[in-house]
Amino acid sequence: MRSELRFFGAAFGVATTIATMSFATPVLADPAPDIGNWQSVLDQARGQTVYWHAWGGEPRINDYIAWAGEQVRERYGVEVVQVKVTDTADAVTRVLSEKTADVNDGGAVDMIWINGENFAAMKRNDLLFGPWVEQTPNFAYVDVEGKPTVVNDFTVPTDGLEAPWGMAQVSFYYDTAKLDDVPKSAQQLLEWLVKNPGRFTYPQPPNYMGSTFLKQILNELVADPSVLQQPADEADATATLAPLWGYLEDLQPLLWRGGQAYPQNGASMRALLADNEIDIAFSFSSGEVSSAIEAFELPDTVRSYVFENGTLGNTNFVAIPYNASAKAGAVVLADFLMSPEAQLRKQDPQYWGADTVLAMDKLPKDMQDAFADLDLGIASLAPAERGTVLPEPHPSWMALVETEWQKRYGVVQ
Amino acid sequence: MLRFVPILTILLMIGPVSAGLIGTLLPAFGILPALGGVSVSLDPWAALFAQPGLAASVRLSFVTGLMATAISVAIVMLFCAAWQGTRIFHAMQRILSPILSVPHATAAFGLAFLIAPSGWIVRLVAQLAGWDRPPDIATIHDPWGMALVAGLVAKEIPFLFLMTLSALPQADAERTAQVTRTLGYGKIAGWFKATLPRIYPQIRLPILAVLAYSTSVVDVAIILAPTTPAPLAVRILGWLSDPDLGLRFMASSAAVLQLVIVVAAMAIWITGERLLAFLGRHWAEDGHRFSRDGGLRGLSAVVALVAAGIVVLGLVVLLVWSIAGFWAFPDLLPRGFSLRLWMRELDAIGDGLVTTLLIGVPAVLIAVALVLACLENEVRRGKSAGRQAILLIYLPLLVPQISFMFGLQVFFTLLGLERTLISVVLGHLVFVVPYVFLSLSEPFHALDPRYGQAALCLGASPNRVFWKVRLPLLTRAVLTAAAVGLAVTVGQYLPTLLIGAGRFATVTTEAVALASGGDRRMIGIYGLLQMVLPFAGFALALLIPAILFRDRRGMGAQNKG
Repeated sequence: MRSELRFFGAAFGVATTIATMSFATPVLADPAPDIGNWQSVLDQARGQTVYWHAWGGEPRINDYIAWAGEQVRERYGVEVVQVKVTDTADAVTRVLSEKTADVNDGGAVDMIWINGENFAAMKRNDLLFGPWVEQTPNFAYVDVEGKPTVVNDFTVPTDGLEAPWGMAQVSFYYDTAKLDDVPKSAQQLLEWLVKNPGRFTYPQPPNYMGSTFLKQILNELVADPSVLQQPADEADATATLAPLWGYLEDLQPLLWRGGQAYPQNGASMRALLADNEIDIAFSFSSGEVSSAIEAFELPDTVRSYVFENGTLGNTNFVAIPYNASAKAGAVVLADFLMSPEAQLRKQDPQYWGADTVLAMDKLPKDMQDAFADLDLGIASLAPAERGTVLPEPHPSWMALVETEWQKRYGVVQ
Repeated sequence: MLRFVPILTILLMIGPVSAGLIGTLLPAFGILPALGGVSVSLDPWAALFAQPGLAASVRLSFVTGLMATAISVAIVMLFCAAWQGTRIFHAMQRILSPILSVPHATAAFGLAFLIAPSGWIVRLVAQLAGWDRPPDIATIHDPWGMALVAGLVAKEIPFLFLMTLSALPQADAERTAQVTRTLGYGKIAGWFKATLPRIYPQIRLPILAVLAYSTSVVDVAIILAPTTPAPLAVRILGWLSDPDLGLRFMASSAAVLQLVIVVAAMAIWITGERLLAFLGRHWAEDGHRFSRDGGLRGLSAVVALVAAGIVVLGLVVLLVWSIAGFWAFPDLLPRGFSLRLWMRELDAIGDGLVTTLLIGVPAVLIAVALVLACLENEVRRGKSAGRQAILLIYLPLLVPQISFMFGLQVFFTLLGLERTLISVVLGHLVFVVPYVFLSLSEPFHALDPRYGQAALCLGASPNRVFWKVRLPLLTRAVLTAAAVGLAVTVGQYLPTLLIGAGRFATVTTEAVALASGGDRRMIGIYGLLQMVLPFAGFALALLIPAILFRDRRGMGAQNKG
């Protein structure tokens, strides 16, 4: 017996080592920070570690997040760790499974980069902490009047549950070395495709970019776009969506691969353009196109443009789950992300190239100048070139369109 | 104490799998209180069966899984039959072992970059034919899933080949081949008639593991499989990450359905086995010699080489992409090269490798210790005891990951163990132990028992025999098993992310996150990085015995496991 114990000595030693190396942290309830008393928030935040679940697919964005983390560590003693997720819903799922296991304190997710459907779902299921946004110091600079989407996320009121940190607007892009004239409306796109079959596609819904394309078309074709601002069950959905399906009936056979296959997401659509498989692609940020040129993903002759009757625009946010472990730290980080300094760097295509949520006229003079002096990048659209920003439909329309699309076009075999 | 190790090991495997399955079964029947599901209901199933294209997805999973497995097995068996004991055979062994260290996703990306309409092969054709646009043909994401089958086959051949290799000595294949040749049988026919029946039972489990994997694979399928509709496992992942949280119920039903598909595929496979065995018996007895099999032998070598060549060439394309400047179609090479991205990722790379080892090394050490203890226990107590029960160790390989991983996450959260290194290591252990067992048990059983008996007669205690005789004799086999184990832990994505709550950024979690950005340069970098640790592991497994036994020629022969 003794010798058998010795046999097991090695394995046991390993097990103990792991036990002591384990990162188990005692789960302490983090009292909800008193946002009105900002100094108390800062005090509470000091020493906390914020686990920020954010999409990790773009090295430049990861670098920006790392920079923001360093800033709040130096200034407020808050550690930031980016948990690189492939999909925002991964973080939502985690919060959900914690709620399932009754972990209502000390959750794994402290902050989520979020918007649209995911926000609506979390809000509906009471998975968010707040309201906290409107009392943070830097919210005062946010352009609530000029950019209504900073407090209405896909028409859903944010109610102070998520803080705006970037603007996005659909823009199309193409290689000027290959194409002279580009279609600037849904109808023109269809006519152009008749002449150039197979040279356009969109990511497969329910991918976010793919669904966005369908909403863009819907918004253009529907007789009264204001219907889309109401939940779908309050309108005659069949009649509202009919023009979209009529349009797709003609469009689908003209798509790349005859509509039998689709790129997975915006990035793989970009690769198709780089490989000359398609001629026109689109993105939620023209700054992203400039970045892609700099990263050698696209030729430097690519430029952006928008449809003549406008394109969809929305806002990105950060939100804090109801059971976050470091709520104060997350609030401090979110406030920093809305600061003029952080927003300026975010808009600089050297670092990221995403539009600010701030109102220029609310900023101090030197910051206004700094924003005005930014070199936006060769394929980025200046604010004057962007045309009309169309509001996102209510999330229920997106769900409806995705389901119906899946039925009509998701199964071709 | 030793006698309890098998039970402990089995519990470590069954516990998480069954806890995870319960966590999937409950929501599949409507129970998920966090989303207001408190009563049993069949609604999730109704919703699932109302999904457009469900039948097509199921069919796709079935057909591609069975095809990939059948083709891999056929190629490996044919190649072994045709070339066993020859120089080409040993050369292939050298080529295929390192390929085992290529993660599935890396191999799949490599294949995609080769055969896509804008891939290297078409670029070559385009240069000659003067095309400036890639042809509008689906060579990947093709509606029949053939690209998926090809990707799986290229990756499963090395695995099945090495599993067959370790089974060959026990079947006394060399001498059997001599006998069949003397009787005038062709090499292939002789092998199929005399050796295969003895080898097959031993490689059956690895084959079923390949079948289960191929029928439920997610990462390779995302890269290569059709999307209208996608195979079921890919769609489950989509439903699980849908913003509409209500879809979690239906996703759970689908995960149960996925398990049913795997079980059904296995049933079909086993029925096929029986049928072939029945027909084969007559064929083996009919006395046909098939002595002129040169053509088939040549073909089998070509097919095996092409399979290996594709993976290697794929790695080369990944390398080129990782340092590429802008790379237009139909250029064969990028317009410029740059190490910019490698430099930029350097810090993250270092951290990622350290975290990977922090999880992988304990997991592999524990797994090897447990497996050795189980095997040693068998030797000491006589094989028969618990021989059937030990098969339960393989359960995690046969149950699709997607069917129990999400349930497992809730389970660990309930225990308050989520986010700890212990739980991540435990989660990895579930997958590492079966593979270590798979690669260690044959060499262990093949070891001549007379060495141990001689030592016992000389008065050594059983433990001394283990430490001084059996273990040294098995050095290479143990190290190879550890390398296989390391390759398995390095590749784990879902368990690391879900159980670790994102606290453990390994090379693989980083790779998958960055791959979602779609930049082929980043895919190249992280695809190659994922190989570094497994490759180093396999290299050490070769190098250490060579150094340890540099002046013991006999050990070379003994350590052929």
